[in-house]
Formats: sequence, C-alpha cells, structure tokens
Amino acid sequence: MSLRTVIHDARHWRTGDRIDVTIENGQIVAVDRRDGERAGERPPRPGQVGRVALRGPGETSGSAPSPEARAPSGLPASGVTVLDAGGAVLAPGLVDPHVHLREPGQSSKETIETGTRAAAAGGFTAVACMPNTQPVMDNPGWIAWLLARARTTHCRVHPIAAVTLGQKGEQLTEFLALEAAGAVALSDDGRPIESAEVMRRALEYARHTRLPVIGHEEDLALRGRGQMNEGPTATRLGLRGIPNAAETVMVRRDCDLVELTGGRVHFAHLSCEGSFAAVREARRRGPAVTAETCPHYWTLTDAAVGEYDTHAKMNPPLRSECDRQATIAAIVDGTIDCFASDHAPHTHEEKRQPFDQAPFGIVGLETALGLTISQLVRPGYLTLARALELWTEAPRRVLSLPEVRLEPSCPADLVLIDPEAEWTVEPKRFHSLGRNTPFAGWTLRGKVLATWCGGALTHADRDFEAARTAEARWAPVAESR
Amino acid sequence: MQATTAETLAPKGAGFFLPRNERHLLGLEGIPRAELLDLLEDSQRHRAMLDRPGAPTRELEGVTVCNAFFESSTRTRVSFELAEKRLSAISVSFASAESSTRKGETLLDTLQVIQAMKVDLVVVRHPSSGAAAFLARHLEAGVINAGDGQHEHPTQGLLDLLTLKQAWGGRFEGRRIAIVGDIAHSRVARSAIFGLGCLGTAVTVAGPASLMPREIERMGVSVASTVEQAMQGADAVMALRLQHERMEQGLLASLSEYSRAWGVDARRVRLMKPDAVVMHPGPINRGVELSPDVADGPHSVVLAQVTNGVAVRCAVLKHCAAARQELP
Repeated sequence: MSLRTVIHDARHWRTGDRIDVTIENGQIVAVDRRDGERAGERPPRPGQVGRVALRGPGETSGSAPSPEARAPSGLPASGVTVLDAGGAVLAPGLVDPHVHLREPGQSSKETIETGTRAAAAGGFTAVACMPNTQPVMDNPGWIAWLLARARTTHCRVHPIAAVTLGQKGEQLTEFLALEAAGAVALSDDGRPIESAEVMRRALEYARHTRLPVIGHEEDLALRGRGQMNEGPTATRLGLRGIPNAAETVMVRRDCDLVELTGGRVHFAHLSCEGSFAAVREARRRGPAVTAETCPHYWTLTDAAVGEYDTHAKMNPPLRSECDRQATIAAIVDGTIDCFASDHAPHTHEEKRQPFDQAPFGIVGLETALGLTISQLVRPGYLTLARALELWTEAPRRVLSLPEVRLEPSCPADLVLIDPEAEWTVEPKRFHSLGRNTPFAGWTLRGKVLATWCGGALTHADRDFEAARTAEARWAPVAESR
Repeated sequence: MQATTAETLAPKGAGFFLPRNERHLLGLEGIPRAELLDLLEDSQRHRAMLDRPGAPTRELEGVTVCNAFFESSTRTRVSFELAEKRLSAISVSFASAESSTRKGETLLDTLQVIQAMKVDLVVVRHPSSGAAAFLARHLEAGVINAGDGQHEHPTQGLLDLLTLKQAWGGRFEGRRIAIVGDIAHSRVARSAIFGLGCLGTAVTVAGPASLMPREIERMGVSVASTVEQAMQGADAVMALRLQHERMEQGLLASLSEYSRAWGVDARRVRLMKPDAVVMHPGPINRGVELSPDVADGPHSVVLAQVTNGVAVRCAVLKHCAAARQELP
C-alpha cells in the first residue's frame, strides 16, 4: 500500500499562495494552488495549526484537498493522511552547511543519531558535517563509513572531508577520491590552514573537483591563548583577548590566494566587520569567494560572557556591538551568501569549568530558525522568504547540492513553519546531547511544526504527534469500509 | 532600524550574572561603597591590634578555613594563614600547582571534596581568571578570592586601599594615583582600579602598549602615554610586578629598557606631590620596577602594605564568616 500525505492549506514560503501539497514515495507529486485564498485573506487559525482533518475518501468539503488525494488512481484511498497546515508556511527543508556531529570518537558530545534528530527538530533536512572528528575524516573510507552510518537517521548527512591529513596543515588528502566517495566540501574546520603555501596548493588542486575549500580563518599566533573577544569585557574579566585581526588577516590572505589560483573558498563563520569588508573587496575583483555567518553573531555581543559564562564561549568569539551591526548589514547587502549554525555540542562537564579551560563552541541546530525570525525577520532586516532562502537554496548553491523546490517530482524535503508562534528555549528538551547554548530561557518567535525528509515525517511538534496517532487509528477503519 | 531585540528576548535576570552574596569576596568590582568602608574600618582596627603584641583573639573560633592554592604564592598564603591563626580559626592549607588536575580531578571536584569535610570558607588562588566566581557558583562554602588569573586580587586591593587611607588621612576623593607597568596581566591593578573608583580616587595608568589592555578606559581610568605624565602631581604611584616571561613572549625587549622607560626612580618620584607614597605589591624586581633607593626610601610604603595585608585578611575572613553563618 502506497502512502500519500497531503499537506492541506499551507502557505508557499516564497509566493505566499495557499497550497495543498501531495507527497508520495518520498517525492512531491502535486502542488495545488488554492485560488482565491491568497495569503492574508484568511489568517492562520490559532490552535488549529497542524491538526489532522480526518476526512474519509470521497467526503466533500469546501476546503477539500486536491482530487488526486481523494481519488488516487489504483490505490486504496485509505492510505491518505491529510494534515491541516492551517495556513502555516511550507518551505523546502533547511540546510545547515556547518555542523559538528562529533562521530566518530566524541560521542559523549553528540552522535549522528542525536545530531540529526536535533537537525530535524530545527527544521533541517540536510546537514554538512565537519571532519574534525577522532579520527579525522581524511580518507574515502571514512566518508563511506559516515554515509552508510547516516543512512538511517533523521536528515540527509553530507560529509565534509579534511583538506590535509589529520588536519595537520601539511599533506593534502585525496580530493578526487573523497569527492567520488561523497564528500561535498573540503575543510580543516576547527583549525586554520596555517601555511599559505599549503592553502595555495589546496586551492589549485581542488579545481579538479567541484568541492569548495571551506576556510576556518584564524591566525593562531594572533589568537595566542585568547579566550574571548579582545575588548572591554575581556579587559574587565582579565581574560586574554582574541582580536578581530586574528580572523581578518586570514580572510584577506585567502582572498589573495583565490585570486592567485582561480580556486574557490567558502569562508566559515565570519564574525566581524573587517572580514565582510575583505569579502566585498574580493568580490569587486572577481574571485570566487562565498561566506557564511551564524545566528549568535547577529544576536549577541561579547557582553554576553557576563561573569564567565562558558555558554557564550565560541570561536570565533562573540564580538562588539559594532561587529554585530556589521554582520546584519552584511546579511542585508548580500555579502553573506548563506547561514550556518556551527552546531558544536560539548558535554556539561566540559563546559562546567573555569572559562579558560572550557572548550569553544555552542549548539545551534534547534535555535537557528527561531533566532533568524526573531532577530532578522521581525525587526525588518529580511523578509521571511529571503531569510529562508539563506537557510535553503543558498547553502545548496554553496555546496552544489541538488535543488529542492516546491514542485512535483522534487524530493519531499519540507519544513512547515509557524513564523508567529512563540516558544521558550529549554535546553533540557533539546534532542541534541549538547545543551551548551547561551539562549536558555529566551523567548523566540518562529517555530518548526513539522519536518519531512524524503517524504518521511522526521519531526512533528506536539499537535502533529497527536495527528500521527489519530492517523494510525483512522486508517484501518477506513479500509474496512 | 532598531536592532537590539536581543534584550527583550533574553530572560530577565539572565543566569550568568552571579547574585552578590557577602559570604564570598570574589572581587572589588561592584562592591557597595558602604561595605568597602566597613571592611577598611575593621581592617584598621585589626591593624591596631597587630601593632599591640598579644594573644590571638577568638573572633573566628570554630570557623574552618581551607587555603587552596593552585598557583604558587608565599606572601599571600602566609598572610592568610597568620590572619586565620590570629583569629583562632581552624585552618588548613594546601598548595597544589597541578597535582589534582594531573590526577584527572577537576577543580570543582577537588573543592567539593574539601567542602564535604565541612569547611566554612575556602580561600582560593587559581591561574584561571574567573575561577573564584566559578567555585562560588557551585559551593556552599564562602569563597575568598586570593587571586584568580589576571582578573582580581581583592584582598590585595583592600590592603592597597588601607595603606592609602593611612597615607592620605582617610580622604580618597580628590586624590590621584598612577598605576605603572604590566596592566594587561595584573589582577592587582584591576582590584585597585575597582576599589579606588568606588572611593572616588582618580586613576591614571601607564605602561608599554603591548601590556596595556584594550579599552581599559571603559574601567574609568585615564591612560597616560609616558610614566612622567602619569606621575606628574600624583598622590601615589603603584608599580606593578613585571614577570620575566613577558620578555620570552615578545611583549618587551629587555628589563633594562623597561626600567629606563617605565621604572619608578627618584627623578620620577620628584614629579609627584611631596608627601606622595610609592607602592608595590611585591615581590620587587629591584632596579626594574623600583630603583633600590626608591624601594627603601622615605616615600616607600611597601612594608606597610605587607603588614596591612594581614589586617585586611582578618577583616575579610570575619566578614565572610559572619555572612556565611547567616545562611538559612
């Protein structure tokens, strides 16, 4: 028996049209516009979002799903599940181009299972995971292992392979074989490629592939033993500072190397004004550089470290208010090509240490969309469509992933979002093993109601959980008719 | 467009600010003026008792104190131990440069074990900035910061204030002090800046640019480009200790160059007011931060600082023990 799902009365993320989307065999099979019911004419009904409309086959109703759903040819209609989206926004599933799933080797921090579960809860249907695991993902065997292991999880996992063996910054890995094995990018993330010569050769060699080199831009000597942004808070707390220049000198270096080699760089987690200026300057000269930034850089400043809060410790560090404003400006003017969470889970024990001993990094998958809507869409910097584009089409372009559109025959990688819903960040309810977030207790706007990956429901908010139970009860009854 | 919706989204009283609790002395930042003046007054009383030889008092009888030193220290530790013994506290000390962490035990585990032995107060020195605040967040015992990384050294700050109170006849307003040297790495400087700021004394800092932290002005001090400019007309100068490792780190060229450019010598002392005092937290690198004639000269109050240190620690121990006993 083939199962059909109809997402009834959703709002198209880009056009705002009211649509019914029919999913079967992991694909979108129909997108029907509900003419005369454009967005705004009928506001979402509070309390009804996500509730299943239990309609049997052949039932007629003023707002019935598409004809295909009611009478699928040659299929028992009892297999149709109708989910009432109640006017919530339906978009292609979000893509996070920068997460740390920590497996193999650090599964006390996170596993592929828990990391992808967190991704699904955050509305993601694909993540690209960084190779700084133990051991490092620096050969095709590990890429194949990772892909095999990720096959049965909650979202698509695209491995990023190391640029150099063991991420030591010396000998290049087998880019061609890594690409063939399924790697989508190359990065020594967590560490910079210190030698400009090695970076040059990597950019040249990567031209034989479609893979971008993702730069973790950091001058280790300038960072020194720095623990947080160099500025008044670090001065007050007596913590060693990390200057903006530790990032910008490497961004500038790699812009020059891209120009020299004709290679392609994607800058990971840019955090400060000077880096955005360098990217703009490089684009004027033409080389192929792209850039991402993360929700914490447009939301927080180094003041969030407060009294040594290790949950506000990440690398690059939270910067000044001036840099935060510059981050928003770079997002608005298109200097930033896509968003990324830099999801970096750590255990409670690791973070519960004196500040200089705690590791860098925060989790981000489950707060990414809420921070995007709360901090960028609601204040009016971006439209919802543009914000979602930076989490969907844009990272797909950067990583050359296949397009996902709301069209028949596209994979049913979808997310249903209520952009108005308020929710409170409760780390203990995270699906990730990592609870290291500076946003605990925050009230965010914008909630993921449901996520489908390849047509399978990978996450459902509580109303949708109830819906699934109802579906199970309803289906056999319908069959017996 | 107004951007800072962050504040409205964040929970009220966000958890990372530790509520002030008088059973701890973590730093002089934000200390209420009245509490600071009380501590100085009680310190002065203890100083007078120190000057009269006699049996220990029983002011801390029955109070248990553990001096936990995770970084080497002679004078601060001896000073605390003497203060504890003068007040009849039950005290134990351990110096553990790295031993417990080498065994894989975390700082918190170590101190929780000691607390489980029923300790009322923990005096802690640790190389990590914020270590004292971290412990205070997790321990029932009162925590007295005896120096945490490059953050604060509040009992040093208090003994500096007591020394200045004596030198200045109790008047802090309208005075100005120069703090000279390695500001970036100095917990002594930070505690002094916060304490003096609370009492209305103007602070001017001077030192090599490579040892001057960014935006130090935001702590309410002014930055002088030369040591002469900082000391001109000042009521006191505090020379900070220079660690030899700063040369290895490439932050300075040499001791002799430092001494010529930023050392406090007799010529520079003459730029200050005639009754100005010269301070140093010790131990002194003679001929580097202070020239020998200044260190031993009439303006020097370096040994008075050391004596005041015991008095101040008596007052702090009593203050924290009293607050600890008021716990429900």
